[in-house]
Amino acid sequence: MGNSVLLIEDEPNIVEAISFLLERDGWTVRLHSEGVGAVEAVAAAQPDVVVLDVMLPGRSGFEILRELRQGAARPDLPILMLTARGQKKDRELASGYGVSHFMTKPFSNSDMLQAVRDLAEGRSPDVGLEAS
Amino acid sequence: MLTGSRIRDRRLQAGLKQADLAASAEISASYLNLIEHNRRKIGGALLTRLARALDVEPTILRDGADVGLMQDLQSQAAQMGVGEARVAELVDRFPEWAERLGAQRREIERLEQTLRGLNDRLTHDPVLSEKMHEVLGGVAAIRSTSSILVDTPDINAEWRARFHTNIDDESRKLAETSAEMAAHLDQLTQQEPGFVTPLEAVTRFFERRGFHIDELEQGIAGEIEHVLDQAPEFASETVRDLGAVALRVYFNDAVALPLAPFREAAQQHRFDPTALAEAFETSLFRVFRRLATLPRTPEMPEIGLVSCDGAGAILMHKPPAGFAMPRFGAACPLWPLFSALRSPGAPVRYMVESAEGATFTAYALAAAKTTARFDAPAIFEASMLLVASDGDREQPLPLGSSCRVCPRQDCAARREPSILSANSLPRHGS
Repeated sequence: MGNSVLLIEDEPNIVEAISFLLERDGWTVRLHSEGVGAVEAVAAAQPDVVVLDVMLPGRSGFEILRELRQGAARPDLPILMLTARGQKKDRELASGYGVSHFMTKPFSNSDMLQAVRDLAEGRSPDVGLEAS
Repeated sequence: MLTGSRIRDRRLQAGLKQADLAASAEISASYLNLIEHNRRKIGGALLTRLARALDVEPTILRDGADVGLMQDLQSQAAQMGVGEARVAELVDRFPEWAERLGAQRREIERLEQTLRGLNDRLTHDPVLSEKMHEVLGGVAAIRSTSSILVDTPDINAEWRARFHTNIDDESRKLAETSAEMAAHLDQLTQQEPGFVTPLEAVTRFFERRGFHIDELEQGIAGEIEHVLDQAPEFASETVRDLGAVALRVYFNDAVALPLAPFREAAQQHRFDPTALAEAFETSLFRVFRRLATLPRTPEMPEIGLVSCDGAGAILMHKPPAGFAMPRFGAACPLWPLFSALRSPGAPVRYMVESAEGATFTAYALAAAKTTARFDAPAIFEASMLLVASDGDREQPLPLGSSCRVCPRQDCAARREPSILSANSLPRHGS
């Protein structure tokens, strides 16, 4: 199991909180704060887990997810989506594009940390909202 | 009072036995008994025969204002598994309770419409969607950060100070966004009171006024503004603009076809719109509107009007007693209104029978609203006038209101199941 996370999120205070939590848990956190260039950032960082927001400036998280899965350089790359859009259709869309797990904001810190750990170890998280 | 109860009252007044009246109307006494207890709906030829046997006009026996109430309650009763006969019994024996139940049903329908409006608003309003996203983002940041502060007692002073600042920053933004959301919702409420659509608000105004606006019958154009000012339905600018258009059309119709001569001619021509259009050298559409807005008198037949755009969306409806029309959603695709829409400029006329068993002559016509152009699609509108008729002349075309509340189970045009049972379908005697 690796220990690097790429956090793609534009809200600075959420970035700070998630980074703090992950780093205290032993993860190396890299950041990308907009939709544009996110796919390239994943290719460059080669993270063990991607934490991806949906509403990003320039490009939506759904588009980024789709391109990451279509690119298929790493078809099994664990991707955790965090979003304020928790409607069924959003979960179905994310599931259709191949998200590993989907959590709605606001989320519990412990659930988010557990989901990242589970995804990195190849387990399906049983916290938050399931991807399907 | 319902038709069956009216027949029973008239029979008793005439001192007739059920068997005598049944024999005169060429039906069995047991069938007449079912009719008198409102367990069988009747119209057309049988109603005419019973009226003749009772020596009254058929219109006197037709359902009164209770029909609308019956329709409301039947819809409610069907969902609760209560039979139609029990509804008729309730309306007849406990009219005040029935009226209260009907009012509740209408209120539920209004609230459901509000809910649909709010749902549409939340789904499609980009401003509200963006604000909601900001609120949830802010709450997420505050929740996550405050949990860190609580769960990490050994956090160093620098991080603690930074997180305190972040919470302060997010709570300020949250307060601002909440205030903006409230202002946005306030604005929406002013634009669309109760989330009733502007078209619906205009229809409600006409319903409240019985579709006849006396102030606009005097030929004084300034009265339009006065009517707009006085009506609570026109409080918002959007609805007022739409209402002003409808009232100008009404005013122009009233100027072109003044009430007294038009009413006299309508009676003379037995409410035939074609004859009236020829007599006054005006359009059928104008005659339709004028007939539908005549003040009601006992000797007039029931007259209804409905109009739609090229997509079939109902723009205005005045349902006549005995012919329910959907307030929301799609109407019965068998309406001659839609046949007319398929052949603009070619009037169509059908004898129709509503799901309630009442017969009407339906006159429908569609026409382009805009000048023909090669660079833009033509915009069409259609109208259908319904004039109550005894239905003796030809086999009527069976119609419904909308599939959801139509009891005609074997209809080829059905697009969704009905909430009414098959035995809700009116049965006619021989």
